[in-house]
Parts: sequence; structure tokens; C-alpha cells
Amino acid sequence: MKILVGIKRVIDYNVRIRVKSDGSGVETDGVKMSINPFDEIALEEALRIREAGKADEVIVISAGGDECQQQIRTGLAMGADRGIQIKTEQDLQPLSIARALLYVIEKEDIGLVILGKQAIDNDNSQTGQMLAALWDRPQATFASKLELGDGTARVTREVDAGLETIDVELPAVITVDLRLNEPRFVKLPDIMKAKRKPLDVINLSDLSIGSEHDLVTVGTVPPFARARGVMVEDATQLVAELRQRGLV
Amino acid sequence: MTNILIIAEHNGSELNPSTGKCATCATAIGGTIDILVLGNNVSGIADQAAQIQGISKVHLTEAAHLEAPLAVNWAAEILTIADGYSHILGPSTTLGRDLMPRLAALLGVNQVSDIMAVNNSHGFKRPIYAGNAIIDVTSPDGAIVVATVRTASWPDTAQGGSASIEARNATATPATHTKFIGLESGGGDRPDLQTAKIVISGGRALGSAENFDLIYALADKIGAGVGASRAAVDAGYVANDMQVGQTGKIISPDLYMAFGISGAIQHITGIKDAGTIVAINKDADAPIFELADIGLTGDLFSIIPEMIDLLD
Amino acid sequence: MNSAVNENQTSGREVMEYDVIVVGAGPAGLACAIRLKQLKQDLAVAVIEKSAEVGSHILSGAVIEPEPLDELLPGWKEQPPPICVAVKSDQFFYLKKDRKVRLPTPPQQKNHGNYIVSLGAMCNWLAGHAENAGVDIFPGFAADGIRYQDDGSVGGVIIGDMGVDRGGNPKDTYMQGIEIHAPMTILAEGCRGHLSKQLIAQYELDKDSDPQTYGIGIKELWKVEPGKSIPGRVQHTLGWPLDPSIYGGSFIYHLENDLVAIGFVCGLDYADPEFSPFEAFQQLKHHPMVKPMLEGGEIISSGARAIVEGGYQSLPRVEMPGALLIGDAAGLLNVPKIKGTHQAMRSGMLAAEHIVQSGSSEGFDRKLRDSAVMAELHKVRNIRPGFQRGLWKGLFTAAIETLTMGKLKRTLANHSDHDQLSRSSEYKTPERQWVDRELPPRDRLASVYFATTEHDEDQPVHLQIIDPDICTTRCSIEFNNPCTRFCPADVYEMVNDIDGPRLQINAANCVHCKTCDIKDPYQIINWVTPEGGSGPNYQNL
Repeated sequence: MKILVGIKRVIDYNVRIRVKSDGSGVETDGVKMSINPFDEIALEEALRIREAGKADEVIVISAGGDECQQQIRTGLAMGADRGIQIKTEQDLQPLSIARALLYVIEKEDIGLVILGKQAIDNDNSQTGQMLAALWDRPQATFASKLELGDGTARVTREVDAGLETIDVELPAVITVDLRLNEPRFVKLPDIMKAKRKPLDVINLSDLSIGSEHDLVTVGTVPPFARARGVMVEDATQLVAELRQRGLV
Repeated sequence: MTNILIIAEHNGSELNPSTGKCATCATAIGGTIDILVLGNNVSGIADQAAQIQGISKVHLTEAAHLEAPLAVNWAAEILTIADGYSHILGPSTTLGRDLMPRLAALLGVNQVSDIMAVNNSHGFKRPIYAGNAIIDVTSPDGAIVVATVRTASWPDTAQGGSASIEARNATATPATHTKFIGLESGGGDRPDLQTAKIVISGGRALGSAENFDLIYALADKIGAGVGASRAAVDAGYVANDMQVGQTGKIISPDLYMAFGISGAIQHITGIKDAGTIVAINKDADAPIFELADIGLTGDLFSIIPEMIDLLD
Repeated sequence: MNSAVNENQTSGREVMEYDVIVVGAGPAGLACAIRLKQLKQDLAVAVIEKSAEVGSHILSGAVIEPEPLDELLPGWKEQPPPICVAVKSDQFFYLKKDRKVRLPTPPQQKNHGNYIVSLGAMCNWLAGHAENAGVDIFPGFAADGIRYQDDGSVGGVIIGDMGVDRGGNPKDTYMQGIEIHAPMTILAEGCRGHLSKQLIAQYELDKDSDPQTYGIGIKELWKVEPGKSIPGRVQHTLGWPLDPSIYGGSFIYHLENDLVAIGFVCGLDYADPEFSPFEAFQQLKHHPMVKPMLEGGEIISSGARAIVEGGYQSLPRVEMPGALLIGDAAGLLNVPKIKGTHQAMRSGMLAAEHIVQSGSSEGFDRKLRDSAVMAELHKVRNIRPGFQRGLWKGLFTAAIETLTMGKLKRTLANHSDHDQLSRSSEYKTPERQWVDRELPPRDRLASVYFATTEHDEDQPVHLQIIDPDICTTRCSIEFNNPCTRFCPADVYEMVNDIDGPRLQINAANCVHCKTCDIKDPYQIINWVTPEGGSGPNYQNL
């Protein structure tokens, strides 16, 4: 079985986000970029499945300009077998990414797709679900536990009410949550090995994927400042204030 | 003509307040507002939904395969009723976030996630980078708008409505490739820190692990999750999975109460998205008072027991 | 070509082999690596770097002399590093609390032809050149120890284990560090490198030189309101907020796009146990010459790093069997110029040339001492030590030494910094005329936030206190725990618990400046490297 893992190049989670003063977006110049943390967890899970003998190949895929090859190589250094870059300078939205992934899935005969539950830049949390819809296959989102059976997967999902367990038939799309696993460190020698692993490039322009339904971002601003707070005198006033606001 | 359909969230017996919040958002968009209730034996839910002010009609579709909120089945069913609506909204809860993108793809459109504010019928504000930036997005004209509503940004709508309830048969084919197995409620008596609606935290000022019992007592009184500052964790008063802050958990409860926490920026990073921030500290100059919505200067060792009494 | 992977039979660690391993991706290390490849393309050269990305741990003013860059990468100006502004004007001031006195710019501070850069961004840019030249660069991997050959010579480095918990036990993610074997190891760790410190002791490299001396540099990058900065302007100050017994001053370098690099340097040989370098820096920002420029602006990034000041007299022997010290790991910074980058790069290039020519470390020490690098240090050797007797005598000595171009026969001695701290009972802090502060950051913890420093908290504490009892017994009484003040990142706290006072080490705040290792009066603090990839994430510092 082949597993496809999507990875996205995002601003590193440590970087303090600053909005450009002209409102045109977030400062990305000279800023450290990394693999989306949820995608690392997705890749780690795929590698464990392969190491358990339940899959033959793990393919990492990323969409973007040539810079994203850095992240693909990191994925290969972690242990993926092959990398694919969907080459484009466009800022792809989830529906378009899902379509591009579907093309690769059909071409490569993928048995399982594992994605991060959301990218820490756009926080959309859509691609996995959209892919599952277009592919007409099951989706299991926010996975915190994954057990593969024979052609099936039992997934425990983190939901607001607690933990939900569902069974899905493969092929399927799984999106992963923080508690699924802790990704391995990259070994130095593996960084060298990764340089020799195959990385194929597919031009987005060769796939007929339009962007007519794209949302348009018309401005970016820093978060709204909180209104000035009030001081209370004692516990009685505090509780009264909380009750008045319907908070307790 | 703006016609909005809201997908109701419920647990089989109670309508989730997230539905009312979607209604508030829908009112801001304008137009007629309908609610769709999916499930099995959920006519009671439809009754509750009909009481939300401003709703025109509640559609009720009951079927065994719709009992579990599986995105594949719910999305397919919503598709059969989507025609004629300009907007379909769901809450930005795990249910809505699982369901709505699948629906959007079936309808061939992108989705607007986590609406914080409405600019116009096709323009919305939403958070990116964990709320460190806010963007204005517009949805293309002429295409249906599929969106999730950020529940922390909207109040519940008042009761007093009397919408008509219309039952309809389920027509989408149930999926066979996905099966609901079970739901395990959030374990333990105390809500999980990461998802609790109310969180109470203690800082180094508590002075000892034993003194943290005060925090636990207050938390249990109001059904809150419990967190702590890094200083309290470092001092060994609590386990490190309770750490709230930049290097611990980043949370956004509706209510956050910090006792004896100075409010170093590393801690603030973990809570800045909370709905209401309350700070109790002996030091009137503590930086947390610059951020808090409600502040009280005083001794937590007498304030907490007082609060516990008052909250009886 | 390179990096055959096998296993060390004794230690069980995986081994990678290179011809040359460079520890540290700073200007010295990268210049050395690039030069090696230029001279001998088929050499297998690797650079390991403890920060997660090249440049993230680099902090410097910096105004650089470009000549070594011209030599190493002719045509670099066609595609310069991001943040590279030609110096347009130099200003030098003496400050009193409420005023400034413009002084003639000393010759060492004349910067015509030089560039204001972000050294971090420049190193990141240099790393790109190095990779294009075929150097393997590995950020995120910390060299934890030296690998010794059977004959006692240096034979490479041992990479630190990762995924170890606070108690020293392997976690689920445990990954044993590999060994990198190489016949030549280049220590390019910068000021007070931890492996350099070990090797200097191991081979007694400093037995014939004066003690090394240091300063601390604290820096903030600000985005000021439009119109408030003048790109290319270079400003230095002396005087307030320091009293004449403390060597130091500030720098203000105006970049483009409303960015201003502002920083403060002070010698770590100060005597006042109550002194806080961080507080002095924050005071400087409130001087009437500086405050209006910063008001309404925002801090982009901040951090701190120790600076090596000993120069000529304190330079240890820089060669040992199988290894060389270059850059500030050796100690080549020119203090009156407050520039070390050109020296570091030159020494790296010299080392490369020596290695290719001779194949061994032997003879490099002589080469370095005969070179322009050493000549530059010799010329200014008496200036810094002249300030041991205070600001005015120091300026007088500096004037004489400048006029005589360092040709006087005398060589003033350097003293070790940690011995200079006076006991609390014997020192009376002078009236500093410091003011109430308004500008951010509010305190060190807020400053650390802008350094974006990150350490997995579940790892061994990397600040080893050799005898922690001293902290609560002798040090509290003698010096009032100065570590709680000289650390710019609030790592050290004396906390009063129910059981009594104890030293709390907030290792996660550490910005890897090395000041504690240098200044602690009992020399019981040993800085070792935390898990690779930990530490600050400086942006354009």
C-alpha cells in the first residue's frame, strides 16, 4: 500500500507574527520557514505504519515554489521514500490543493492519505475533508489514535465531547491532531541520504485546476485590542460581575 | 436574495448553544434563516431550534444512519436541500469543522472558516496564525457561501422564536465505508484544560502543591478546567501538562481566571484569545492587569474561599 | 567523496567521516568552509551548527569592513545579503544624564567604506554560498563533545543526544548523537565556545597568555516611526548611564525601512555586584538623544551575546593536534573598532589556506600571529586594558596609543573578569541617576520573548552548577547572587520557598550569551550545549 502525506511550508511556529503596516499581509521576508507541525505528525504516523509492515511506500507531497523542496527533503530525511512537488507560484486554496492531490492519488494508486488537521498559517482545516469528498472516500479528522486493520482503519478522533471512534474502509483520508504521536528527530546521516531520494516535479499548470472559486483576501490587520478592563473591589463584586456577564 | 441555512449541532437530547451563535452570525448577514436538524429521534431538538428568535423554518430529517454525526452522511443529506440557499453555516466546533469542508467541496466552492465578524453578505473577518492576524475575505459573487462560525466571537441568540417545523425524508444514500463505533465522554470529573469553556489557573504565589487544592476546589465548583503558570510548574506545585502559556498549552476558553499569576508575556501568549480574562493578584502593578477584563487586587488565599461560598 | 556512514565499535554511535569538520556556522566557520572548497573542491567539508537555522544564534551590531568578503566572494555586492546598508555618517558622543556632547570620531570608529549589516542574515546568506560550493551544512545539531583519537589528538566531534528527559533518561523520541570523524576539526564557536573552553584547558593553550576578558552585548532591533531614522547613520556613545568605572557604551545603527539596531556593550570586569547590564541598556534607551526616536516604534527582535575583548595579550595558542581555533573562539575581535567579523573571516580563510597547504594544524598558530589579523590586534592592544583604571585614564591611554599607533614598547596586562567583582560589603554603588522607564520591554522576561528563545523544557538543564550550595551560602552573603542580575535573560532566580531560599534555573529562557560562564565569581557555572536546535531564534540581529 502506498501512503501519501501532504506537507506544507509555513512560517515556523516559533516566529512572532507581524502584520505589514500597509495591511497587505504578514511579514514573511527573511523569516524562518518549517514543515507545518501537524504535517510532521502525519508523516511520523505514515512512517510507523510502513515500519510495521503495513505499507510499502511513503510519499511526501508539497505544493509551492521551489523553496518547498527544502521541506520535502526534510520529509525524505525523516524517512519518506519519495517526494513530489506540485510546482506553482500561486497561493493555492484548499479546494485547488484537494484537486491536485486527487490527481496524484489516482496516478499513484494511493491507499491512504494522511494530512495535518490544519496549517498553522491559514488555520483553514479544510483540505483533508475536501479531498475525501472529491475522492468519494471516507474522512477521519482530528485523529489521536490510528489502528490499521486489513483494508480498514479504526480511528479515534478528538472531538469537543471527548473521544469518538469510527471505522473507515481504505482508501481513506485521515487528518491528524497533536496527540497522535511525537515526530522523530532527523538523523544527520539521513539528511545526506535524503539528497539522493527521488523528488518529482509536477507543474500545476499542466493540471487543469482553476481558481475561479477562490476567496479573495482584501486586507490583513493585527488582532483587535481588548477594551479597557474594570477593577472590582472584592470577591463579592467579582462574583456579581461574572454572574452579570453570564459567565458562571 | 439571501437565504441562509444553519446546520444544527446537538447531542441527541440538547441543542448545542453553537447553533444559536450561528443564528446571531446569520442575522448579521441578513436575509431569511432556516435551520436543518439531522439525526434520529430528534424532534425535540427541532422544537428547541424553532424557539431561537429570527428563524423562519426548521427542517427535520430523521434516519438511523444520520444518528451519528458522520460528515459523509450529513454532507450528502445537506446537499439534497442546498438548492435555493445562498449561505450554509455550521459552527466552528469539531462537528462543524469536520462536516462543512466536505459539503463545500461537494458544492464546488471554497469555505470561509471561523467567521469572527460580518462585513457584508459576502465579506467576512476571520483569524489566521492562531489569531495573530485578522483577514478580510470576500466570497465570489454568484457562488454559494459555505462557512463555519467562530463560536467565541458570537453571543447566543435570544429565545422567543416560533419557526415552523417541516419534516422531510432522508434521500441521500447512506455510506457503507464509514461506521460510528462509540463516543467516550471527556474522561474524569474535570474538563480537559485544552477544550474547557472555563479555566482557572494558579501561579507561583500559591506557594505549594497543597495550596493548589484551593484552585481545584473553585474549579470543581464551577465545572472549570485547571491550568498553571510555568513558574508554578517549575516549582513543582503541579504537573507540567497543566502549563498554560507560550511553551505550554495555548487555550481560548470563554472565561479565564488567573490567581497569583503576574502575567509575563509568555503566559499571556497562551491566553490572549480567551473570551473574558479575570486576574486576581496581590500586586497592583502586575502586568496581567493591563490585559484583564476584570481585575481584583487582593490576597487569593482569602478571595478564593469567599468565591467558593458565594458560588454556592 | 564524503560521509561514509559506519559505526564506532567502542561507543556504538554511528559515524560520519569528513576531511574537515567546522563547529559553528558564524562568519569564521563559513568563510573557512567556503575557502576550503575554493582551494580544493574535492575536500569533504561539513559545518555543524547548534541553532535551528543558520543565523538564529548570531547577534552583533554590526558594522563590517568588507575587504575579506571582497576577497572571498568577489562580486558579492551584486547580490548582497538582505540588510546591508553602506555607512553614510559616523557620530560619537559623550552622554550625561540629560545631554549629549559630540566628540570627534576616533580614527578606529571611522566607517567610510564599511557596511551596516545584520550578521545573522549575512551568515544565512554566506551559508547559501557555502552550500553552492559543496559544503554540507547541518543546522540543528549541537557538538556536545570532542572525539579523541587513540594518540590523544582531536579526531572530530560527538553530536549531542536528542530526546533526553530532564532526569537524563531517554524519551520515546530518543536519538543518539552520531560521531563526526575528521582529521581536522575547526572550532568556530564564537566567544567562549564550550568545546573551545574544554580544549583550551585540555591542551593548556592559554598557559602563556593573559586571562581572556569579555564584555556583554545586548541588542534590540526596532522598527521606528517613518522619518525617525537616517539610513547609513552610525552612532556610538560613552558615558551615561555608566559610571566611569565601568567600560562600555552604546551603538545605534540606522538601517533602511525604518529599522534601527540599537545596542549596549559593557566590559564584564565591572566591580559593582549590584550592576545589571540589561538595566543599563534600558536606561540608555531613555536618554533624550535616543528616546524620541524609539517612541511609537516596536521591537522586532532582541538578544544578547558575550563579546571577547582580550585581543593580543589574551590570545591562546590556536593550534592543537587535529584542531584549530578561529574567529572569536580564539579571540580576534578588535575592541576599539568593536569589530570582529573581518578578523573572524580572515582567520577562517587563513586556516583554510593552511590546511590545504600543510594538511595539519601544525604551524597555524605561527601563521596567524604573523598575519594582518594579529598585526591589527597588536596595534590596539593597550587600549582596552587602559580602561581598567576608569573612563578618563582609559581615554587618555587610548589617545596616546592611537597617536603612537601602538608602537610603544609596553603591553598592558589583562585581568580575569570574574575576579573583579567586589564584595557587597565593600562596594558602594555610585549614584547612577537612572530614570523610571516607559519603553518596552518592561523587564528581562519580556525581552526574552522578543528573542523567541525556545528550549524543550523536558531536557537536562544545560547550565551546570558545579557546587550549588555556594549559591545560598557564600554567594548570597558575599555578592548577593549577582547571576540574578548579570544574566540578560532572567535565567537565574533566588526563590524563597517554604524550605528556605534556593536557586531556580529557568534554563528555557537562556539566549546562549555565555555571560554567566564568564562572570560568576566562583567559576562554578559551566554552560554546556542544550539539545540541538534549542535556543534563540533571532531574526535579523
